Amino acid sequence: MTVSVRPTTAETDRDDKAQALRPHAEHAFAAELAALAAQDDRPRPARWRLSPWAVATYLLGGTLPDGTVITPKYVGPRRIVEVAVTTLATDRALLLLGVPGTAKTWVSEHLAAAVSGDSTLLVQGTAGTPEEAIRYGWNYARLLAHGPSRDALVPSPVMRAMAEGMTARVEELTRIPADVQDTLITILSEKTLPVPELGEEVQAVRGFNLIATANDRDRGVNDLSSALRRRFNTVVLPLPESADAEVDIVTRRVEQLGRSLDLPAAPDGIEEIRRVVTVFRELRGGITADGRTKLKSPSGTLSTAEAISVVTSGLALAAHFGDGVLRPGDIAAGILGAVVRDPAADRVVWQEYLETVVREREGWTDFYRACREAGA
Amino acid sequence: MTGTERGEAYDPGPLLLGVRHHGPGSARAVRAALDAARPAAVLIEGPPEADALIPLAADPDLRPPVALLAHAVDEPGRSAFWPFAEFSPEWVAIRWALEHDVPARFIDLPATHTLAWGEALPEVGPGGQEEDPRSGTGGGEEARGGGGGSGEETRGGGAGGAEEACEAGARGGAEARGGGAGTEEAREGGASGGAEARGGGAGTDGFAPGDEVRVDPLAVLAEAAGYDDPERWWEDVVEHRGPGTRDPFAPFAAVAEAMGALRERYGAGGRPRDLVREAHMRLRLRDARKEYGPAVAVVCGAWHVPALREKTTVTADRALLKGLPKTKIDLTWVPWTHRRLARSGGYGAGIDSPGWYAHLFHAPDRPVERWLTRVAGLLRAEDRIVSSAHVIEAVRLAETLAALRGRPLPGLGETTDAVRAVLCEGSDVPLALVHDRLVVGDVLGEVPESAPAVPLQRDLTRRQRSLRLRPEALERELELDLRGDTDAGRSRLLHRLRLLGVGWGEPARSRGSTGTFRETWRLCWEPELAVRVAEAGVWGTTVRAAAQAKAEADATSATALADVTALAEQCLLAGLPEALTVVMRALADRAALDTDVGHLAQALPALVRSLRYGDVRGTDTGALAGVAAGLAERVFVGLPPACAGLDADAADEMRAHVDAVHTAVGLLAESLAGPRDRPGHGDRDSRGGGLRERWRAVLRSLSLREAAPGVVRGRAVRLLLDDGALRPEEAARLMGLALSPGTPPAAAAAWIEGFAGGGGGMLLVHDERLLGLLDGWLTGVPAEAFTDVLPLLRRTFSAYEPGVRRTLGELVRRGPGDRSGGAAAQGAAIPGFAVEADTARADAVLPVLRLLLGPDPDPDPDPYPAGPAPVTPPGPAHGTSHGPAHGTSRAPAPGTPRDPAQGTAHDRTEHGTTEHDSLAGVGT
Repeated sequence: MTVSVRPTTAETDRDDKAQALRPHAEHAFAAELAALAAQDDRPRPARWRLSPWAVATYLLGGTLPDGTVITPKYVGPRRIVEVAVTTLATDRALLLLGVPGTAKTWVSEHLAAAVSGDSTLLVQGTAGTPEEAIRYGWNYARLLAHGPSRDALVPSPVMRAMAEGMTARVEELTRIPADVQDTLITILSEKTLPVPELGEEVQAVRGFNLIATANDRDRGVNDLSSALRRRFNTVVLPLPESADAEVDIVTRRVEQLGRSLDLPAAPDGIEEIRRVVTVFRELRGGITADGRTKLKSPSGTLSTAEAISVVTSGLALAAHFGDGVLRPGDIAAGILGAVVRDPAADRVVWQEYLETVVREREGWTDFYRACREAGA
Repeated sequence: MTGTERGEAYDPGPLLLGVRHHGPGSARAVRAALDAARPAAVLIEGPPEADALIPLAADPDLRPPVALLAHAVDEPGRSAFWPFAEFSPEWVAIRWALEHDVPARFIDLPATHTLAWGEALPEVGPGGQEEDPRSGTGGGEEARGGGGGSGEETRGGGAGGAEEACEAGARGGAEARGGGAGTEEAREGGASGGAEARGGGAGTDGFAPGDEVRVDPLAVLAEAAGYDDPERWWEDVVEHRGPGTRDPFAPFAAVAEAMGALRERYGAGGRPRDLVREAHMRLRLRDARKEYGPAVAVVCGAWHVPALREKTTVTADRALLKGLPKTKIDLTWVPWTHRRLARSGGYGAGIDSPGWYAHLFHAPDRPVERWLTRVAGLLRAEDRIVSSAHVIEAVRLAETLAALRGRPLPGLGETTDAVRAVLCEGSDVPLALVHDRLVVGDVLGEVPESAPAVPLQRDLTRRQRSLRLRPEALERELELDLRGDTDAGRSRLLHRLRLLGVGWGEPARSRGSTGTFRETWRLCWEPELAVRVAEAGVWGTTVRAAAQAKAEADATSATALADVTALAEQCLLAGLPEALTVVMRALADRAALDTDVGHLAQALPALVRSLRYGDVRGTDTGALAGVAAGLAERVFVGLPPACAGLDADAADEMRAHVDAVHTAVGLLAESLAGPRDRPGHGDRDSRGGGLRERWRAVLRSLSLREAAPGVVRGRAVRLLLDDGALRPEEAARLMGLALSPGTPPAAAAAWIEGFAGGGGGMLLVHDERLLGLLDGWLTGVPAEAFTDVLPLLRRTFSAYEPGVRRTLGELVRRGPGDRSGGAAAQGAAIPGFAVEADTARADAVLPVLRLLLGPDPDPDPDPYPAGPAPVTPPGPAHGTSHGPAHGTSRAPAPGTPRDPAQGTAHDRTEHGTTEHDSLAGVGT
């Protein structure tokens, strides 16, 4: 059975879409996708817009034979993208794991855009995500007026993707309650979605696949059941590889945030940003930057996103209560808050770090003092 | 195979089989080619001195991985290894020759020259890797001096040999890889530790001017084929070729052609020594052809094939070989391991994944499916849930990945990615296990007993002779005075052997003196110790080098912190300062990750002991001091939180830890502050002092911490008081707090145990205020609680010296003055005693006393004559007890008649200073 589930809004003019505050990937990079499709002579899996090679090129960037330059969408290990694309090509669901700020959503959106030409079949996972968001809901007015029928059924993005052989996306899978998560099991293993009310089912068409993103280190997440986990191939997106790359990311984001919060630009901020990034990287990695001392890692995630928020709040402190220059004292409290999530264990970790690493480090005396004061 | 085919094989001359060392595909191809060509003799790249050892390869007890070990007779430290795995083409060729009763010969330049090369040409030759490590490390080693050198040298030699033998990826690969380090390094993103990195790069070699012209032929070929990674190219083109029915000679012809083109373009590729080696190979090849006819097969690195085909004259070759340096060498088979074949193992023969290669070599078909099934088996054995469906998905992913990457078959990279994504759920932790157990693998080679003695045995014999320490089966005891050179050498040798698991001598308890310069050993040479020595041969060629390598390996594999600390002590005893750096690193890492303060507190005293021992021996213990200080800091941070919520037993244990750390910190602070005249350690003094200060801060916080058990709090107060870091009034206040009615009697008794236990009796004798507090509390304990408290108190007080007990008893009986009665005492501002002596009351006693004692002119009667007498002796005998015991026992001049109240005050001040002195003196 076939069903037309595509919303009419999708028919609106493409140019309008590009004008949006944040255009979808398939619109923002429409030219690149078209160029890739034109040049792509490799075999394409059923209903794929591009061959797996072309998808990998779209994400990793490159130059096509005709000279079209494809901008890299994901800067990181090539292996990650290759495994992700291959997973989709082998008809397995893909689970992108990683701490906040590792471009999980970004990669998932671009993968969907390149494979299916549509990244909008999206289920946003929250603690309140109901089963209807993954299976289907009902238009109750119609249901009451005409009884259960196809017309009264409101399909979820997943259902639409199945019917049309597209790529569906589930964001923050682990935030969804466990019982709701498990509705995915049938979809992923049997590739079918029964509608018992109508005595029907929606079978997935070839080309259907699912990309989920999840954060496994945060608190307050619902771990995937192993039954569900088995149905995914997992790709862990790593944190920025070098300190410089991370400092770069933090600086850029802080600038953007600072502008929107109307904070004055901090002239000497870069030194403290570097310090925050260093502390985060060292504690996260469990080893000092010089690779000489091992450290315990605290229970928090210490993601790049948190580093950004530490610096931003430090800037706000400096702007409103200080002299406008970002100083160690402004970031100490923020760092302490980010690191010490568990008051007992993490405090020991943090103090050990302070006493064995920070105290001895050249040029960090002010920071050490500030942290001691903040921690006292 | 047909006769015509066989004929064809020798058409262009000898059958030249260019291989990559340790390449399973090459090995398979070699076997196929030999089966097809059936040569009359097989020539193999390797040291010709080992010809006599070839028949041993037929021994069923010789199981690869093994290595040919060549070492200079007069200097076992100078050595080289030629490792063979089951999947090495050379090994296959040897086995083939033995199975078919065909003579096999090694044709490379004799080891007698290659080993001498290193010393003859101390400057870095631009030649092959094999000599580089030797020359590379040579300089530093010489500078370090003879003894220290041997370890270093073996290592260099080992790496060199490894290279030499397998020439890492083959002279198709390894040699071909040229400097080797270059490409590999680049590929692994600078991950060093590779043999090549260690071998070549350790010296100046990597940056030698000659390096620039050195070619990586494989990289050139790979680039031409559109690969960015030469290793992968070789794997795709040669190693992953399954057994096929194709022409067995075709791959060799293709490789030879490619190498020929390269040699034409690049000549010797920047390695002139290869020319000499190839000249020797050509000579040997000529001899063989004279002897066995034209049907001769040569198995050598692909890089050499064009050179062997070259037409040169005998005289020209001879001229090249003229005047080569020589050294007397000896060869034997030694067991090898997969780990050592892998680069990460240290010596490195140039392959990352011996386990994977062995699998490729042995798998009859469907290597990827079989491999992933094995991985699944391993993960299941480790209790991970892995179903067959997982394996199926992993195979699919690996194959599709290979297609995406344009490879003919999934390689290790693809299977690893598949294992990570499907079987390990994206986690690298189980993947590390897979790498360790399967990709590298725990395969240990074996060597029959008939193999010639390993150089380690030779070195041991030499040392035994020079130290006049003969191995005797009869058990005997040996007293060593470490101040003498010979005895110190003996001690070091025995300690090193112990590290190697050769239990010739066991340390025994010294009978007479307990001084640190004496050692007693029980010696007994059992015949099986010879086997142990042979087994230890893998670690190195000299006792020192082997012990060092073993200690380093032990340090990295040790799991418990205490093991590493013990190892550090052993390293000092065995005189292995080089190993100490590795051990210290391991120690610092373990300490950083260990969350149990108990472990840390246990490790600290041993470490501090080592530190002092090292100081005494004049070894540089800078690293040790750093680690010890770091360990102490971690203890400081972790101790207070760890003291919460402990039961009685755990609390007792914790008190012991606190004691141990206290002593250790005292010693450590002193060691850090001690050598003030040492240059470059100007900050040591402050560091030591700071350490002590911080420890006191920890003790202070412990003493006030309600959550900490009473016994720990009491002990903290006591230690502070002993240190003079707490005023006695403050101690009394804390004691009053701990003994106040709000505290449950059991908790208060525990506090008393912590405070007054372990030699605290003297404190009570001399500070009657404290005794008064205690007395007051005890009389106030309600009857029902008294039975609970009694065992604790009994334990505390029964440990006192009898004299102290008696004094205390008498003090209590006498009663500390008028207001000694329980409730009344608690009400007083300073309970128990008057601030000043009541002279009026004392005077009233005088007439009676005078009557009793006779007409003595002394106006000041001794109120408790029996008291001080027993107090004197415990001082020196108390050797092991706490510093304070000395101090207090020495403090009062016994028998000096004093007014009780004044005496207390006086004692207190004196007490403070003596305490301090005695603590400082504990270590000296």
